[in-house]
Amino acid sequence: MIKVLTAGALATVQDLGRTGALNLGVGTSGAMDPLALAGGNILLRNEENAAAIEIPVFPFKVRFERATVFAVTGADCAARLDETSLLPWWAYRAEAGQVLSLSLPKPGTWRATRAYLCIADGIDVPVVLGSRSTQLRGSFGGHEGRALRDGDELRAGRPNGRAVPGFGLMPPGLSLPLQADGVPAVRVLPAAEYDCFTDSSQEALWSTAWKITAQSDRYGYRLAGEVLNPRRRLELRSHGIVPGVIQVPHGGQPIIQMRDAQPSGGYPKIGTVIEADLWRLGQAPIGSSVRFIRCSWDEALGALADVRHWFANARRLVELHCGEGGGR
Amino acid sequence: MTTDRPHVSLLGTTALLFEAPGETTLETQRRIWALARDAAGFAGVREAVPGMNNLMLAFAEPPRRPEEIEQRLVERWNVVEPLPIAGRCIDLPVVYGGEAGPHMADVVEHTGMHVDEIVERHSAPTYTVFALGSHPGYCYLGGMDARIATPRRKVPVLKIPRGAVSIGGSQTGVSASDGPSGWNTIGSTEVAFFDVNRSPPALLQPGDSIRFKAVRVLR
Repeated sequence: MIKVLTAGALATVQDLGRTGALNLGVGTSGAMDPLALAGGNILLRNEENAAAIEIPVFPFKVRFERATVFAVTGADCAARLDETSLLPWWAYRAEAGQVLSLSLPKPGTWRATRAYLCIADGIDVPVVLGSRSTQLRGSFGGHEGRALRDGDELRAGRPNGRAVPGFGLMPPGLSLPLQADGVPAVRVLPAAEYDCFTDSSQEALWSTAWKITAQSDRYGYRLAGEVLNPRRRLELRSHGIVPGVIQVPHGGQPIIQMRDAQPSGGYPKIGTVIEADLWRLGQAPIGSSVRFIRCSWDEALGALADVRHWFANARRLVELHCGEGGGR
Repeated sequence: MTTDRPHVSLLGTTALLFEAPGETTLETQRRIWALARDAAGFAGVREAVPGMNNLMLAFAEPPRRPEEIEQRLVERWNVVEPLPIAGRCIDLPVVYGGEAGPHMADVVEHTGMHVDEIVERHSAPTYTVFALGSHPGYCYLGGMDARIATPRRKVPVLKIPRGAVSIGGSQTGVSASDGPSGWNTIGSTEVAFFDVNRSPPALLQPGDSIRFKAVRVLR
């Protein structure tokens, strides 16, 4: 069991998301950086979809109430176990009573803002509509359907004894970089209304940098940049949308739908950030810039294959380590 | 945007969107429900999600050639028989105007009608649930009187309460939980549209219908 001593704000229990409840009006939720969550679980030999704590605001502090193998993935946030500095993306063993402290992510390593505290056997909260992710709008899932507070206590799942400390993974932020003209980038497939935007707006989408404004959170990222104009005003009927959809409201400044986005909408869609690159956005700091790279369907599938290859490689490395030195 | 042919587009590699041509009608929606029932069984499709005269297919696995699914959808669309769902109808008591409907004045101003006339027109139809979306348990309704249509607000309201009865463009609906909205709140009702501990969790499903009963009009 772990006890939250300093919750910060907006820390939530997440897994890889809730699929299959769109017909109830329930969106996907899930980790903003699914590679960090699944990567941490691979490191601990959990199921990849096991629940972890997503931490976007620091400091964050927990006490381990019993001995636990854990890893902090995602952002490098100068983690300390009591007074000992820890490496990110590394499996450690905490003894009962030890306190884990996370601080503001360090600049200069890889660009990331959210940390994931993964523990052996996962965070044990009830599965609701197929997922342990927190559904904030619906006030269900996760821990009591809400963000964590000081004093909350979370249990680990049924122990399987598989996790082995003393090993780490290379963060995908280092091994899968993507930039355009030196600016962090994500790949985008044009969406239904792409052709309805003026030539200069289409050009601006691909050739200019987009600033992630302070009005950005798990629901969506509001961007600032050139004004995108449709050739004529569009009024659409409400329809299903997914995380990654880039909507352009009448003001002309795009909004990217993120994990807690509602599952339907009606603003014109100029493009969709491909699923394989959503983790990059999930880690992009407020105030930073992002570029959009146009891609084809086959390139988008290739990007998904790259992510799967990263997972497969991580699994292979962990099994290699645990096979040779496991239990030491 | 309406044309005479259906339009199919990609939502990244996560989903695909099929949009029916023509005006928004219940008859078209019945074909959408039928198409959804068919498409839910397509290989690689996790969920078929109706919208307002459109249908999203969420992929379990992105297809190698999405144009094959697009073609199959359009072929099905051309032959599919409307699926008339005989749902149940619920009556919702509504307090209109005043504190219960803080944007009634905007609807009055936009339509030029008296409050009583707006209430009468809003509470006259039986609204069919076309689809669920937006937030857990929320129902998209068809059938509002076009004469009380009022544009969405220029600046969305950060929080409108659960039970708020609102108009957004030519649509009307009831918020299932507290949250932001760009629609105009004209009244308030008491109903639990969604309870995760209930089976099924959503009170209504496509094909069901709602009647609004004016219990009070605050001025």
